[in-house]
Amino acid sequence: MNNMENLYRQVIMDHYKNPRNKGLKQDPEYKTVHIKNPTCGDDITIQSKVENGIVKDVRHDGTGCSICCSSASVMTEVLIGKTKDEAMVIAENYLNMLANQNYDETVELEDAVVYSGVRKFPARIKCASIAWKAFEGTVEESE
Amino acid sequence: MNPYEIKKDFPVLEDITLTYLDTAASSLKPNIVLDTMDEYYKKYGVNVHRGVYNISFIATEKYEASRNKVATFINSRFDEVVFTRGASSALNLVASSYGLNNLTKDDEIIVSELEHHSHVLPWQNVSNITGAKLIYVPLNKEGRITIENFKKVLSNKTKFVALNHVSNVMGYIAPIKEIIALAHEKGAKVSIDAAQSAPHTKIDVKDLDCDFLAFSGHKMLGPTGIGVLYGKKDLLQGMPPIEFGGDMNDNVEKFAASWKDTPYKFETGTPPIAEAIGLGAAIDYITNIGLNEIAKHEKELKDYTVEKMKQIGDIEIYNPTSETGIISFNIKGVHPHDAITFFDGDNICMRAGHHCAQLVIKWLEVVATLRVSIYLYNTKEDCDKFVESLKNARDFFKKMGF
Repeated sequence: MNNMENLYRQVIMDHYKNPRNKGLKQDPEYKTVHIKNPTCGDDITIQSKVENGIVKDVRHDGTGCSICCSSASVMTEVLIGKTKDEAMVIAENYLNMLANQNYDETVELEDAVVYSGVRKFPARIKCASIAWKAFEGTVEESE
Repeated sequence: MNPYEIKKDFPVLEDITLTYLDTAASSLKPNIVLDTMDEYYKKYGVNVHRGVYNISFIATEKYEASRNKVATFINSRFDEVVFTRGASSALNLVASSYGLNNLTKDDEIIVSELEHHSHVLPWQNVSNITGAKLIYVPLNKEGRITIENFKKVLSNKTKFVALNHVSNVMGYIAPIKEIIALAHEKGAKVSIDAAQSAPHTKIDVKDLDCDFLAFSGHKMLGPTGIGVLYGKKDLLQGMPPIEFGGDMNDNVEKFAASWKDTPYKFETGTPPIAEAIGLGAAIDYITNIGLNEIAKHEKELKDYTVEKMKQIGDIEIYNPTSETGIISFNIKGVHPHDAITFFDGDNICMRAGHHCAQLVIKWLEVVATLRVSIYLYNTKEDCDKFVESLKNARDFFKKMGF
């Protein structure tokens, strides 16, 4: 039970209940990627706007479990204002952390570090990953 | 029947901390099925229908004996039983062979929102290719297929009806015997998805008079990778094979070939021999206990569990009146994938998601559901453990602010 309480700590519940940067923009400067997990129904769309190498804005919308939705919200706060390269390094390290692969612990994941608890629940790793994978997709699209 | 004794036959349940409530996805397998498959691999693990030597003859005999067991199990002829990879490939075979070759743009196909994807997508494909129109039986307010609603969509244009016997999400038994008779009055053929009924209810294809019927081995104590398509002999004889290769052919010339009789023309390549023989052992096991006993046991446990769930509060049950061992529900305000992690923590195996039946999930207007499904090896204590865990889950998520 402690693992479970740990997983659903304040940050996650806060972002689940009060998501930040939610809602999509009808603006061609935003790149959009939609990811769906058909087995469980998580359905997330991520938008990013990169200007002069800076992540100016990240938006999210969709439906899913608390881990999925909150991780999208946390991600937007972590990534907005970073350079594109910094953002991609953070995303890569975050995803490697979840996948129990080698990652650079010196890279500051900020609030996203709370999702390290998801590693104890292998069936939920995908929930915490899809928003970040979609973000990577938006940046690749902008290149 | 004594579920406490039955439990001992299932090696997965040797872990007494584990509670298995996901039979609708796949059942556990008893030792006798595993031993029978082992025996094939260890003593006569060779090909069927080909080798002219003793152990190949034994393998062929055992493989065909299994077909005979299936035929007896559903009251069909021996040559009306086609072995497939599972219910999905059996249902696909009907659509790809019968459907694509017999339907045209003037025809209508009746399906329902209660279908598993394996029984609606093949017909969506037939509709897209032939232009035949896909028609959905309106479900009643409980989410059931009724004779009354079926009559509303049945017409002189109806050429094919594809419906489930028992829904894998709602657990309702559809009135298929009456529906089959009505469809036949219009000259339509009927395919029945029996994946959720064959393990729990006596199927008599002669009494039902269905044209096609399909089920999987792994949901009825058998191995994965084996399923059954029943088809009326004259229909199967008239249908072209959809896979071509070894063992299904008769005479082969450079530019033409002829096929073996049914069922062999639909079983090209080396079949899942161990799996077919394992399915035979599963059928013996089920028959020894008795399907009526099994169904009664499931219904009793399901009713017992639903009553306890109703007392908890904040639980939405979508099919409280179902006749089988399936309960679909949610904890109010909690996404089923959050909830399932809690049950997993208590070592309770159950399902969360769309259950490969997105249409009924959409019909219910929910994102997904939790599902418990009960079988012969489940006991009152399993249900009590689940109910206790459900209560704790409700409390936990409330505390966390859901």
